[in-house]
Amino acid sequence: MDTPIKNDKITLSATSLGVIDSGKNAGSGALYRKALGRPMRQIRAENFFKRTLVLMGLIMVILVFGILLTLIVQSIPSIKALGVKYLWGRTWDPVQDIYGAFPFLLGTLLTSFLALIISVPFSIAVAIFLGEYYPKGWLSDFLKNTVELIAAVPSVIYGFWGLAVLVPIVRSFETKIGVDPIGVGIFTSSLILAVMIIPYAASLGRSVIQMVPSSLKEGAYALGATRWEVIRSVILPYTKSGLFAGILLSLGRALGETMAVTMVIGNTSQLPKSIFAPGNTMASVIANEFTEADKAVYLSALIELGLVLFLVTTVINMIGKRVISRFTNE
Amino acid sequence: MLTIILAFACVVPLIYILLYIIEAGVTKINWNFLTNIPKPVGETGGGIVNGLVGSVIIILVASIIAIPIGILTGVYLSENRKSLLAYWCRLCVDILQGVPSIVIGIVAYFWLVKPLGGFSALSGSVALSIMMLPIVVRSTEETLKLLPDSLKEAAFALGMPFHRVILKVIVPCGISGILSGAILSVARIAGETAPLLFTAFGNPYLTTNITKPMQSLPLLIFNYATSPYNDWKDLAWGASVILLVFVLLLNIFTKLITRRWKIQL
Repeated sequence: MDTPIKNDKITLSATSLGVIDSGKNAGSGALYRKALGRPMRQIRAENFFKRTLVLMGLIMVILVFGILLTLIVQSIPSIKALGVKYLWGRTWDPVQDIYGAFPFLLGTLLTSFLALIISVPFSIAVAIFLGEYYPKGWLSDFLKNTVELIAAVPSVIYGFWGLAVLVPIVRSFETKIGVDPIGVGIFTSSLILAVMIIPYAASLGRSVIQMVPSSLKEGAYALGATRWEVIRSVILPYTKSGLFAGILLSLGRALGETMAVTMVIGNTSQLPKSIFAPGNTMASVIANEFTEADKAVYLSALIELGLVLFLVTTVINMIGKRVISRFTNE
Repeated sequence: MLTIILAFACVVPLIYILLYIIEAGVTKINWNFLTNIPKPVGETGGGIVNGLVGSVIIILVASIIAIPIGILTGVYLSENRKSLLAYWCRLCVDILQGVPSIVIGIVAYFWLVKPLGGFSALSGSVALSIMMLPIVVRSTEETLKLLPDSLKEAAFALGMPFHRVILKVIVPCGISGILSGAILSVARIAGETAPLLFTAFGNPYLTTNITKPMQSLPLLIFNYATSPYNDWKDLAWGASVILLVFVLLLNIFTKLITRRWKIQL
C-alpha cells in the first residue's frame, strides 16, 4: 500500500524538475513545450500502466468466476431434468436417457483413495529422508530432483507406459489371486496415480519437516532419544497438520487427473464390483464421451460432472492451502 | 532404514519409465519420422511432423497469451500486497492452479469452440494459457518479492515514473526468475492432453492454420497409444520419447536457473 503515496511524491518532483528545466531553456519554444509536456505524458503513461495492472488483477478474478458460471449455466438443463438424484443414480445409459453419476463418483473416490493409501508411505518417507535425515549432500539432491521430475512427466506418457507395462503385470497378478484377469481397471489406475502424486505430498512434507524448531529436536536428543524416536514423537506430531495438508493437496491432484486414468481404467459405465474391476472416473467419462454427446441433456450431464469435480477439487485445495499457510505462519 | 528404502523406492518407477520409453521409442526416431505425416493403417513408415509442428504452434500461441498477462498480474500482486483485489486475485490464482485440466477443456469449448463454430488450435492455446497463468503469476510475484526495496526506492529517488521503475528496473532485475517461471509453465503444459481433447481436437494432416483443428504431440500419443495397430503404437513411442525429453530438459533447465535464484516455485 505504500507505493501509491511514494509515486505521488515522485510525480510531483518530476513536475518541478520539468519546470526548472523549462526555465533554463526558456529561449527556445519547442524545447519549453517539450519539457512541460514530458511530465504530463509521464503521468498519463503512469496512470495507464497502473490501470492495466489493476485490469490484469481483475482478469484473474473474472476468469475463475467465468469458469464457475459457464459450468453452472451449462449444467442447468441436466440439473432441471434430472434433479439431485442424478448424483446417486446407479445406471448411466445415454441411449435410453438414464443418467446416474454414482458409478463415476465411486470410481473417482476408489481410485483416488487407493492411490493415496499406496503413495502416503512413500511420500512421507521421502519427506522425512530429505527433511530430517539428509537435508544436504548429493544423495538428497539426487532424490529431491528425481522426485520432482516424477511430477514433470506428462500424464499421457504415464498412461501409455501403464498400458504397455503395468497392465500385463497386473493381469498376471490377477490370475494368481484368482480374479478375472482383465488387467485394466481401478487397481491399475490407482497404481499409476500413486506414482504421479508422490511428489506433491513429498515436497510439501519436506518443507514442513524442515520447519520443526531445532530446539525441540535438540531437547529430545539431549534426553537420549534415538533418531527414530525423535521422528516419531517430536517431528511427526509437530508436523501433523502440514503433512495432512500435503496429502490433501495430492488428493486434489488425484481427483482431477484425467489422461493416465482414462487410458488404463477400462472405461465401462457399470458400477465397479471390486477394486480389480474396470470402471470410470468423473474425469475419464468426460474425456471419453464429451465429443460424442449428441443430446442436450447428455452433454449437460457430463458438464455437471465437471462442475462437481471443479467444486470438490477447489474445496480440497483451499482447505489444504489454508492449513499449510497457517502452519508456516506459526 | 525402512524410511531410506521407501524413499528410494520412489526413484524406481521414474527410472523404469524413462528407460522403458527410451528403449521402446528411440529406435523409431529417424529423419523420415520427423518429416512425414502418419501413414494410414497397414503402410509402414510415416512420421509425426504434424504433431511436432502443431505442438510448437499451440504452445507458442499459448505463451504469447499467457506470459505477458501472467507477468503483469504478478507485478500487480507484488506491488499491491494488501488491497482487497489483490486478496481475491491471489485466491483465484490458487483456485486456478488446482482446477482439473479437463474442466478447463470444457470451459474453453464453450468459450471458443462453440462460438467460432468448430474445433480450432486457437481454442486449445487459450485452454493451455489458462493453465499456464497461475505458474507465471506465482513465479513473478515470488521473484519480485525477493528484490530489495532499496532498488525501487533508488529508482524513485532518481525521479523515474512508476511504470519505468517497474519495466526498466524491477522486471529486468528479476528477469531470470520470471523467465524460469515462464519456461516451467511451458514444461507443465507441453504434455497436457485433456484440455486439447475438445479444443484442438487433433488432425491427421499437417496444418499451420490456427483456426482449424490441429494435431499436437500429446494428442497424437493418446490417439495412437490406444489404437490397436502396432505401426501406430510405434509412432506413439517415438513421439513419447520426443515429448519426454523436451519436458524433462525444460524442467532441468529451470531447476538450474532457480537454484541460482533460490526461488521456491
